[in-house]
Amino acid sequence: MSNRFKNLIVPVLAVVLGMLVGTIIMLVTGYDAGAAFVALIEGAFGDIYYIGETIRQVTPYILAGLAVGFAFKTGLFNIGVEGQLIVGWLASVWVGVAFDLPKIIHLPLAVLAGAAAGALWAFIPGFLKARFRVHEVIVTIMLNYVALHLSNYLIRTVLSDKSDRTPNIHDTASLRSPFLEGLTDYSRLHWGIVIALICVFIMWFILQKTTLGYELKAVGFNQHASEYAGMNVRKNIILSMVISGAFAGLAGAMEGLGTFGYSPVRGGFTGVGFDGIAVALLGGSAPIGIVLAALLFGSLKVGALNMPLEAGVPNELVDIIIALIVFFVGASYMIRIFIERLSKKKGVK
Amino acid sequence: MEYVIEMLNIRKEFPGIVANDNITLQLKKGEIHALLGENGAGKSTLMNVLFGLYQPENGEIRVKGESVKITNPNIANDLGIGMVHQHFMLVEPFTVTENIILGKETTSGGKIDIKKAEKKVHEISEKYGLAVDPHAKISDISVGMQQRVEILKTLYRGAEILIFDEPTAVLTPQEIHELIQIMKTLINEGKSIILITHKLKEIMEVCDRVTVIRKGVGIGTVNVSETNPNELASLMVGREVTFKTEKIPADPKQNVLNIQDLHVKDSRGLPAIKGLNLQIRAGEIVGIAGIDGNGQTELLEAITGLRKSESGSITINGKDIRNISPRKVTESGVGHIPQDRHKHGLVLDFPIGENMVLQTYYQKPFSNKGVLNFKEIYKKANSLIKEFDVRTPSEFTLARALSGGNQQKAIIGREVDRDPDLLIAAQPTRGLDVGAIEFIHKRLIEQRDHGKAVLLLSFELDEIMNVSDRIAVIYEGEIVAILDPKQTTEQELGLLMAGSQRKEAGEEANV
Amino acid sequence: MKKRKFGLALSLVLAAGTILGACGKGEEKEGGTADGGDKESKFSVAMVTDVGGVDDKSFNQSAWEGIQEFGKNNGMEKGKGGFDYLQSKSDADYSTNLNKLSREDFNLVFGVGFLMEEDINKIAGQQKDTQFGIIDGVVDQPNVVSIMFKEQEASFLAGVAAAKATKTNKIGFIGGMEIPVIERFESGFLAGVQAVNPDIKVNVKYTGAFDKAELGKTTAAQMYSSGVDVIFHAAGGTGNGLFTEAKDLKKKDPSREIWAIGVDSDQSTEGVVEVDGKKHNVILTSAMKGVKTAVVDVSEKSKAGNFPGGETLTYGLAEDGVSLAPLNEEVGNKSDIEKAVNEWTEKIKNGDITVPGTKEELKSFKAE
Repeated sequence: MSNRFKNLIVPVLAVVLGMLVGTIIMLVTGYDAGAAFVALIEGAFGDIYYIGETIRQVTPYILAGLAVGFAFKTGLFNIGVEGQLIVGWLASVWVGVAFDLPKIIHLPLAVLAGAAAGALWAFIPGFLKARFRVHEVIVTIMLNYVALHLSNYLIRTVLSDKSDRTPNIHDTASLRSPFLEGLTDYSRLHWGIVIALICVFIMWFILQKTTLGYELKAVGFNQHASEYAGMNVRKNIILSMVISGAFAGLAGAMEGLGTFGYSPVRGGFTGVGFDGIAVALLGGSAPIGIVLAALLFGSLKVGALNMPLEAGVPNELVDIIIALIVFFVGASYMIRIFIERLSKKKGVK
Repeated sequence: MEYVIEMLNIRKEFPGIVANDNITLQLKKGEIHALLGENGAGKSTLMNVLFGLYQPENGEIRVKGESVKITNPNIANDLGIGMVHQHFMLVEPFTVTENIILGKETTSGGKIDIKKAEKKVHEISEKYGLAVDPHAKISDISVGMQQRVEILKTLYRGAEILIFDEPTAVLTPQEIHELIQIMKTLINEGKSIILITHKLKEIMEVCDRVTVIRKGVGIGTVNVSETNPNELASLMVGREVTFKTEKIPADPKQNVLNIQDLHVKDSRGLPAIKGLNLQIRAGEIVGIAGIDGNGQTELLEAITGLRKSESGSITINGKDIRNISPRKVTESGVGHIPQDRHKHGLVLDFPIGENMVLQTYYQKPFSNKGVLNFKEIYKKANSLIKEFDVRTPSEFTLARALSGGNQQKAIIGREVDRDPDLLIAAQPTRGLDVGAIEFIHKRLIEQRDHGKAVLLLSFELDEIMNVSDRIAVIYEGEIVAILDPKQTTEQELGLLMAGSQRKEAGEEANV
Repeated sequence: MKKRKFGLALSLVLAAGTILGACGKGEEKEGGTADGGDKESKFSVAMVTDVGGVDDKSFNQSAWEGIQEFGKNNGMEKGKGGFDYLQSKSDADYSTNLNKLSREDFNLVFGVGFLMEEDINKIAGQQKDTQFGIIDGVVDQPNVVSIMFKEQEASFLAGVAAAKATKTNKIGFIGGMEIPVIERFESGFLAGVQAVNPDIKVNVKYTGAFDKAELGKTTAAQMYSSGVDVIFHAAGGTGNGLFTEAKDLKKKDPSREIWAIGVDSDQSTEGVVEVDGKKHNVILTSAMKGVKTAVVDVSEKSKAGNFPGGETLTYGLAEDGVSLAPLNEEVGNKSDIEKAVNEWTEKIKNGDITVPGTKEELKSFKAE
């Protein structure tokens, strides 16, 4: 089995398996599985409005997937994408609210603020890992909570007067586009998708074409050899986390400047950062794979909203089906390792 | 004579290659039978066929005269075939006994009867002189002891035929000696052994017969008593091989490496190098001889910038390189062939071509303003692959997929190509076959002849004696003697390495 | 420069759209009524929940109950063309769900919760043929009716009841998030307590979430152990933790007199606990918010063609939009409390006093 083919077949298989088990569950519980999937697809692509909504949902998924995937390519497991996304969201909205500038300056500034905040938030675990060998998984998980509550606190006290959300950003910082909205019959589609696709290219370019990417990958694959070859392992660990965090921060900025236009006080996590882990795994951490996986998750998320109304499938069942697909995606990662081990053993000595 | 195992005309194909072509191997009861071949000749494939991991396309396997189909390792186990793998399959936090019974737990009423198992392990250990403590944890025992646990595991499962896959590759000379004793005991107790190896010395010492395969083809089986290492080597490689490395006398020039009163601590913070002095001149090879753990690793790491030293001085061509970053050391003209090529020498998941620029990727022409120039990288890689005879399907093949010898050739090519003034070669031939060893020795001597200083670290005395122009004996973090290989013997070296006789460093034999 | 022009052009288009939209409004209103008779047979109504979900034992549930009741009374069926709901899993789903329902040609769509203000405002401008209702929020659009409640009036009465029932003179308040609705609950409650006895200390805690029952339980445990004997919650699902804690304490020591006060609907069924074969109930009363009533009311009006578009309907004590649930039979001085509650009810209804709806107003509030 060629590597390329394996990379393709494993995630496809995972999705098919997830849908299959979902179908069985629906049949057993007495729902019309065919109608449910038709509703799912129609809810994601059946109307230009839904297509717009799906693309809107895909945007943060791509960026969150890139964040997880980038760190993963360099051997780090960034579970903190959720937290970096939240601080990125807040920072971009803050800039969007606090300043009054021409769009040509204001919008890029707000977007960059989001990226910078995410990068800074990811710098902490990167630094702790490089300097004190503290495992990044633990630090990033904890920082997710810090980000959530810090952001809520700032919104309530600094950014508003005890309100449940920030004021709306100025139009000059908004990614919203009447043109795109008009094109998609008033969906919330915004320019963020362009930024996300640019980031896909950036990730590919960094990893494949630059000395920086060469170093990052080398450190990810083999820290010892990289150190022997004269690379600064600590610097690379930090850098990898920072770039990953910048992607995550951008994902937040897309939500803050595009979809919402403000930042709410949150009772819990957005979930986009965690879904990003599944997106990256399903996409094999490769830029194009991430785009496709994000597309799948985005359409599931948007399309699933249609299932209760069109097919009468209860919300809980919809959640189960999505969870099943995520489960098999996770399992696909195990399957992949299993296949790799198997083929390694079979190599001729 | 009765054959316990017969593998007749075995053929095994993988997509695109024939790994085993018409190979016959017959194992007599009570003999040690060597399976000899270069890396990649198809030895492991053949043994995996016997162990049930692969199914042959052609041929027949007979056990005690009866034709059998071995479709998985469990069947092999049931037939009394046990394999001692080169890479141990042990669970580190478990005890010896727990590891041995894993998968074959003796239970009483659903509970593991560890006492009973321990007793049995102890009995087997006694019987074959293995001296294994059934209660010890795997993580606490030496590599040699771990290997005995693997042997015990096969015996515990009732193996009559033991396959040893390159068992000496990971062992110290002392441990190799002990292993040979154990093998002899096993034979005396009625077991039969297949020994996969490419080390001719071991075959001559311990084996009865030897089957040679070359590039997947069976060359034939000979009695060890009727052959000699030279003949075996040429059978294996397919041409004449010289063991004594040909070289002209050294013509050393100015000092390149100068180490004065160096103090280095090991990872636990204990002194490992204690006031070491060493000079290496342009145009000579200095071999460091010593028993593992006398500060060799720390010395090399201190020179290459991977480990901070406490005090003293290290200079290259008069330039102080002590405690500067590995990259700066590299740029000061030091090449390093690391001890562990998998861990330190290569990024196995990179293509071999990209591994060729592991230290130079950031320099022109391989990159410009941070953007890699793959055309130049692969041009360089291709020329090195040709020049150093690295056998790889292409320059885009992952380094992982190459054989050990070819990986090492790639590393040497990379290091030599940077034209360093000092080339450090740490165990450059570990685990390689004679063909590759010969090649690497030639390259090291070539560097010397080009006026480079070469520092050779090896645990193989043959290699030290053959290749070095001067031998520096290291003992407990100091150079205790400098010897001329022409005027010393293995016995003398052995004694010095064991610390029995100290000589003032540098006083002796300045060649 | 070019970009600027492009932006200008876009805003012109947008402005034109708004103007045209405004023109359309007048027509639409007429058209809507004209169509009324035609549509009557197939009038359909739906709602979008907030993230709390339709079974939150709080206002999402009340709203859904209202829609179900309305549907049943009018012989409608669940599903498209009848009555239905969509659940939101995150903030981002509000817009999609509201859009979906209006695109599926539901005549009247309720958004439950102030968080949907923004989205309804936008979508109402786009989907002019659909009538919207927002609960707990205000949207100024001709096809939106805003439904507000004077929560402070119900919670004022709850405060009165709590102040009368407490023996330790320590009372607790657990809020969900610090948002205007909850502030109304808090201010009214504090005013009610103060009106009875200004010396009573009220311990106010916000948990920061509406769906964390565990958090509610720990907060309640802290309060009860510090001597508080009556706790009022306005925290949705988080408040369920309060009931659990109260019941647990009651189970341990049935003689201990501790009370919890429910919110939004009569939550007395949540407070039943059986100790040694004897049934107790820890819920003193509940500050009820007539979401159900309001939903039915607006639906009826809409069906009859009298949709109060553009208006803000405020439901208070006088409109029977909010009220206090019947008092617990177990409480010792029940008649005493009832009397006080009735007195204050009258005063509020008559307009003798205005219950404060913010903490600012509370500061200047004086009973009598």
